[in-house]
Order: sequence, then C-alpha cells, then structure tokens
Amino acid sequence: MSADIKADQVLDAKGMSCPLPILKTKKAVEALAKDQVLKVETTDPGSKNDMASWAKRTGNEILKVEEGSGTFTFYIKKTA
Amino acid sequence: MANKKMTIIASKGSLDMAYPPLILATTAAAMDVDVTIFFTFYGLEIIKKNNADSLKVSPLGNPAMPMPVPIPTLISSLPGMEAMATSMMKSMFKKHGVATVQQLLDMAMESGVKLIACQMTMDVMGYKQSDIIEGVEFGGAASWMDIAADADINLFI
Repeated sequence: MSADIKADQVLDAKGMSCPLPILKTKKAVEALAKDQVLKVETTDPGSKNDMASWAKRTGNEILKVEEGSGTFTFYIKKTA
Repeated sequence: MANKKMTIIASKGSLDMAYPPLILATTAAAMDVDVTIFFTFYGLEIIKKNNADSLKVSPLGNPAMPMPVPIPTLISSLPGMEAMATSMMKSMFKKHGVATVQQLLDMAMESGVKLIACQMTMDVMGYKQSDIIEGVEFGGAASWMDIAADADINLFI
C-alpha cells in the first residue's frame, strides 16, 4: 500500500526529541503545495501520538503510519 | 475558524524550568495556536541577550534530580556542583536530541510567538531594555491580563 503513496518531500527527524519532530514537520508541510505529501521519519516513541494530535489540530491528513524497529514513518498530506 | 490562543507566564530561570514554556509555546504555534509568553522574575533570564544557553540547574533543594550516584544535600552545596549538574543535564539533553533553550527561543520567535518582558521585575532587578533580546515587548500585569482574558489556555510556569 505504501508503494502507492508518493512523497513529494522527505523529512528525516530521526534522533530528535519532542517537540522537534512536530516543529520540523510543521515547517516542512508549510513549504508544500496543497495536496502534496510529506514523508516524515522519526524515532521518538511519543511522535506517534503527537503527530496524530498535530494533524487533527492543524487539519492535515495522515495517510499512513508505518512502524519499523524503533522508527516511525508518517505520510502526511497537506490538506489545510 | 479563528486560531486558539494561549498565554504562558514564564517565571523561572533555571535550565530545567526554561524548557516547559518554550516547548509548549513552539508546539502550540506549530498547531496554529496564537501564543504569548510573559517573562517575569527569573524568567527574564531566558530573554536576556546571549543568556539562553548560559542558564544553570542546581541539584540543591531538588531531591528528584537524577544523579549518577546519590549525593548528600551538603555535598550539593559545594562549589562546582551546580556547574556539574548543568553540564550533566545539557549532555543528557544533547544525547536525546533535545533542542537547546536558544534554539527553542529562536523557533518561538520565528513562528510568531509574542514575547513580553515584565517591566516591573526588570526595574527591580536593574535590567535595562537594551539587556533584553530584540523583538520583545515591554509591559506589566495588565498587558498580560488583556491577552489572557481572551485566551483559551493560560499557564503559569
């Protein structure tokens, strides 16, 4: 399924702690055009819930979340 | 839809206590919340020029502070203990990919967080407006109250 999602930009937030993944994601999404997709990679275990809260609050859409061994990959569509 | 509003009163100037207002402010701004931070008393240390990365933390009077070995209170009061605790905390933060206070402050300003310095405590502590970083406004309790009365979230830290 993830093969179907094409990321327009990739943000590497691995190794960063709260609130940096959210702050960097916000900045990266702002730089996108509407309906473009940002792929964000994190290692912060809190980022799974944080990213969901951030997206809900800002009106952007998380298309997919992948969990690897200690990593999280988010596909976020700029819908706001 | 109008943005939510939040104000934070930052009243503490130790390294550990500079983090919560700046983390919450930057995160709120990233979540489309309009944020104002009112710096008063020791909180002013955070916005003094070239000072954000010079804040310190003391193990004294803080039994919750994690130390490599248990340290008796009397030892905590010795010269050098504050510097040790500070560098220990900074290296812990760095190891875990936590931003520095200066970085968070820069990001707060970049994302439009409004900063107000308490003029009364500045006067009491002998700080001049030129001692404070550029981009900060100056005011008193009424300045904060006016914004807080229309805010959805108000925190005292």
